[in-house]
Amino acid sequence: MTQINRLAGGQINQSSRVNFEFDGKSFQGHSGDTLASALLANNVRLMGRSFKYHRPRGVLTAGSEEPNALVELRSGAYQEPNTRATTAELFDGLVAKSQNRFPSLKFDAMAINDRFSNFLTAGFYYKTFMWPAAFWEKVYEPIIRKAAGLGSLSRQEDPDVYDKGFLHCDLLIIGSGPAGLAAALSAGRAGARVILAEEDYVWGGRLNAENISMDDQSGVEWAAAVMAELATLPNVRCMSRTTIMGAFDHGIYGAVERVADHLNHSENGKPRQILWRIYTKKSLLCAGAIERPIAFENNDRPGIMLAGAMRSYANRWAVTPAHTVAIFTNNDDGHRTAVDLMAKGVKVSAIIDTRPDAPKIADCDLLSGAQVIDTSGRLGLRSIKVRLSDGSLRKIECGALGVSGGWNPNLHITCHQRGRPVWDNQIAAFVPGPDGPAGLYVAGAAQGEFSTSAALQTGHAQAARALLDMDITAPQIQLPQTECQEVNLTPFWYVNEGKGRAWLDQQNDVTVKDVKLAHQENFRSVEHLKRYTTLGMATDQGKTSNMGGLAIMAELAGKSIPEVGTTIFRPPYTPVSIGALGGRARGKEFHPTRKTPSHKWSVEQGAVFVETGNWLRAQWFPKDGETTWRETVDREVRAVRGSVGICDVTTLGKIDIQGTDAAQFINKIYANAFAKLPVGKVRYGLMLREDGIAMDDGTTARFAEDQFVMTTTTANAVNVYRHLEFARQCLWPDMDVQLISTTEAWAQYAITGPNSRKVLQKIVDPEFDISNDGFGFMACREITICGGLRARLFRISFSGELAYELAVPTRYGDALIRRLIDVGQEFDVVPYGTEALGVMRIEKGHAAGNELNGTTTALNLGMGRMVSKKKDSIGSTLSEREGLNTKDALTLIGVKPIDISEKITAGGHLMTKGDPVDAAHGQGYVTSAAYSPVLNTSIGLALVKNGANRMGETMVLVSPITGTEISVTLVSPHFVDPEGGRLRA
Amino acid sequence: MHDLIPLSPLEAAAPRVEKYDGIRISECPDWAYASLAARQGQEKSCNQFAMDLLGFKLPDIGQITHSNTLAAFWIGPHQWMIEAPYSSHENLAAQIKRAVADTGSVTEQTDGWVRFDLHGARCHDVLERLCNVDIRIMQQGQATRTRLEHLGCFLICRKTGSEFSILGPRSSAETLFHALTTAAKAIL
Repeated sequence: MTQINRLAGGQINQSSRVNFEFDGKSFQGHSGDTLASALLANNVRLMGRSFKYHRPRGVLTAGSEEPNALVELRSGAYQEPNTRATTAELFDGLVAKSQNRFPSLKFDAMAINDRFSNFLTAGFYYKTFMWPAAFWEKVYEPIIRKAAGLGSLSRQEDPDVYDKGFLHCDLLIIGSGPAGLAAALSAGRAGARVILAEEDYVWGGRLNAENISMDDQSGVEWAAAVMAELATLPNVRCMSRTTIMGAFDHGIYGAVERVADHLNHSENGKPRQILWRIYTKKSLLCAGAIERPIAFENNDRPGIMLAGAMRSYANRWAVTPAHTVAIFTNNDDGHRTAVDLMAKGVKVSAIIDTRPDAPKIADCDLLSGAQVIDTSGRLGLRSIKVRLSDGSLRKIECGALGVSGGWNPNLHITCHQRGRPVWDNQIAAFVPGPDGPAGLYVAGAAQGEFSTSAALQTGHAQAARALLDMDITAPQIQLPQTECQEVNLTPFWYVNEGKGRAWLDQQNDVTVKDVKLAHQENFRSVEHLKRYTTLGMATDQGKTSNMGGLAIMAELAGKSIPEVGTTIFRPPYTPVSIGALGGRARGKEFHPTRKTPSHKWSVEQGAVFVETGNWLRAQWFPKDGETTWRETVDREVRAVRGSVGICDVTTLGKIDIQGTDAAQFINKIYANAFAKLPVGKVRYGLMLREDGIAMDDGTTARFAEDQFVMTTTTANAVNVYRHLEFARQCLWPDMDVQLISTTEAWAQYAITGPNSRKVLQKIVDPEFDISNDGFGFMACREITICGGLRARLFRISFSGELAYELAVPTRYGDALIRRLIDVGQEFDVVPYGTEALGVMRIEKGHAAGNELNGTTTALNLGMGRMVSKKKDSIGSTLSEREGLNTKDALTLIGVKPIDISEKITAGGHLMTKGDPVDAAHGQGYVTSAAYSPVLNTSIGLALVKNGANRMGETMVLVSPITGTEISVTLVSPHFVDPEGGRLRA
Repeated sequence: MHDLIPLSPLEAAAPRVEKYDGIRISECPDWAYASLAARQGQEKSCNQFAMDLLGFKLPDIGQITHSNTLAAFWIGPHQWMIEAPYSSHENLAAQIKRAVADTGSVTEQTDGWVRFDLHGARCHDVLERLCNVDIRIMQQGQATRTRLEHLGCFLICRKTGSEFSILGPRSSAETLFHALTTAAKAIL
């Protein structure tokens, strides 16, 4: 098909050929085209089907406010639904499909809905799908979703990548029309740091759409000259294809830069889009205005568009939607479209102006005081029916109709922080109110100043004001002489003639009648109107439709439009892809990964890893021939308890606490006594939250009178550090305490098992006595190993075995594990992972995260007596609350199955034998469970009411999740070596 | 002398260097770090002792100060990070502690961090994709804490416009390196 609607001129490269495909058909356009302009050039007016009634629709606008011409752009995994054809830049190989139609755009079977429009009015869903309630989710909703809607998802992972970034400026200028360019010139020359953001891919905004002169240049030439100057200013950053999508707190704006949407594919590794966070001192909105339509019967046929858009297509893209057009307007601006199109050789059959005193501006038939009352043409406009001022009817043949109901300042950004616009009678439109985001100024058409001349002047003036607020003086600049025509509008919202449907919101199929129905059914608040009729919802958020709905509601309610008010404007201004919001944080990069010092070695050993927070920890180390994880873990546990094993425990938090008050500080943090811990000793500590609930536990070592190293659980490392900082800075600022994390600075290994000392003795330098007498249980000291490497040694045990923890500077962590395994060969040393670690701590009855679960007290954990009464510590007072100290308080206890072939289930609930199995009779629950290869039975730790006094009782363990019910015995939680002889050996 | 072989934060024997047009990203394991925090009421003495050792006054908020071999940057109220070549200052913490004695708390930080140095004209372009520091006005001698790829890092401007250091948590060295190289590839 040739481009039969292509005109001469325009800002496209008419000598270029760009091939593209729409609904499987091949077309050609030019570089500089949008998909919409190229389709119009090829005489394709039908571009989509409507949301509810599947009515044929064409392009309404020439910008991002487009409600109708939404397409699925690209194919396969790159497919993106609801892309506006009006903003999609044409590139060679572009593939687009129309959406929401079956089987084809021209013949859409779902258009049957249109025949039932009397039933499908506003509130239809709410009234119809009332019962049976159960049908909603399974029957009604799927059917409705299938029938109604916009584009479809590919259901494949988005292969594009997206970036985020951060920018800073003195002045952010939003929009590069005449106001924005005048402002940028002023601020740029003043030396301010300026960001000029333009959503379009060309600079100049409306200057590209108008045929105007600025001094002796065209508007386009002037814009190019300004941009050329701005490009030379290092303090000005010009960002095209960048939409400011929201105004957020403290002068921060969100911006989406479409880096590669105009390319066939983004380059490898480069983002398709960048979500910028722009930190501004001041900002200036120069976003122009959006034209509004007039509603009349069948005003939605392809070929009926906004008059300003029709002018844009002609002037910028050298395209007319048809060779014979008409104009329907209530203001002078509509006439400009006729003038410009006629200048391009397009026949304008008539201007229908609702004003009886309409001026004669264009040299064509002017029908003053007339209204378009109906249209015809199934898949595209063929003719319009006009009621003339004398009451007679006239049918006018035309392939397109440009409609202008006036212009609405594009003020969305000013309302993103719940600011309210105010009404301006002069232009019959809302203008920005006084309560916009702090530091935001408005200029040009966005402020209600519609002439080019006023845009230039206000752009400069508002930039100067903003700069002055930053103590920057803007230089005087020479603004060009240009048009200063008034719009001269007489408000006219809809044609009140005819029984058919007059469309207000073409994206959501909302008609004048729907608004009347909402009023009739008392959904009169503007927010109710929106929800009841769906007016102003979905991708365009009613940019071209809201005002019409408000005007009609105002008329029906006998109120003024400002009394009816607007709905809340919220970010984003235009749709933002989820990919841009996610940025690079997806898949493996969703969060940072933390690796232990033994990671590389563990990978070499074939370790299976588990994520604990961001850490990757070795869970177990399978050996050849082992077929299940249990087999591996059982072996590791037996090896440790039988000889010796090594486990990387670097992930435990380590906090260096120093200062003359360090001991007193720790004494206040931990519930148990710490002030008198001798130098060279370690003690187990339990810290409580302010409310008396256990917060975290760990060991703290005293290396000097004024220096401690506190360890925390892996999961709580950050929380505990934060807690300590809060206590230091806010609770006891007079204490001399200094904190810093050293978690990552030291690689720390547990060397565990009866032969652990023998292994250590092979690497600890001989001057350090680590015999039982020289380095007893709970000792710590700084030593050297392997001939001089500084290290820290702690004699602590999580497993109940003779055990040590050895720390060296992290860079030597890899070498150390290799050395430990090497020297331990004669003792059959094994590496063991977190699973074996967990089994052994359950065997020993040590509480861990499952028990310190945010609900348990020291008493619950069997450590009630540790909460010292001789001192004050965080949480100690509130831990004495009566409700936490009842006789039947939960106590940590061990459980074993009576039949050792049965399994203890973590999370299972314990019931008194013979009692009903229900929540009311629950006696407690199993917190941790494991198979003990030492005891050859499943074991568990449980919190049971009055558990300490129920030792030996047989209870029933039920787990509704696994559907099991077994008999268990309550036993001591210390399954292995309850006397603690091994760890002191 | 012990015979254990160190690994760099990126788990290699030699530090990684990636070069792109306009930017070089280098892993720098050859630096020692120790934190110094003045004890309460001892701030003046601590500063004086530190100055005797370092040869310069401990820097103010947001600053880094250098001598030939030593540097210090502010990391909190009355708290600094001291930086020195690893080869000559492996035991940096002990050296500082000897100098400040009981007027300050000193903690070894060398292996708590991974340091990446960025060199080249495109440092700004890379860093503005990664952190919210106003990088284009950052001057030589400035240091700040920022979040970079979800990680709390120190960012130091070594030379205005073209030389920066990033100190990030060592265990996440690979994540940080990935973020830096990904951003470098994205801007070219």
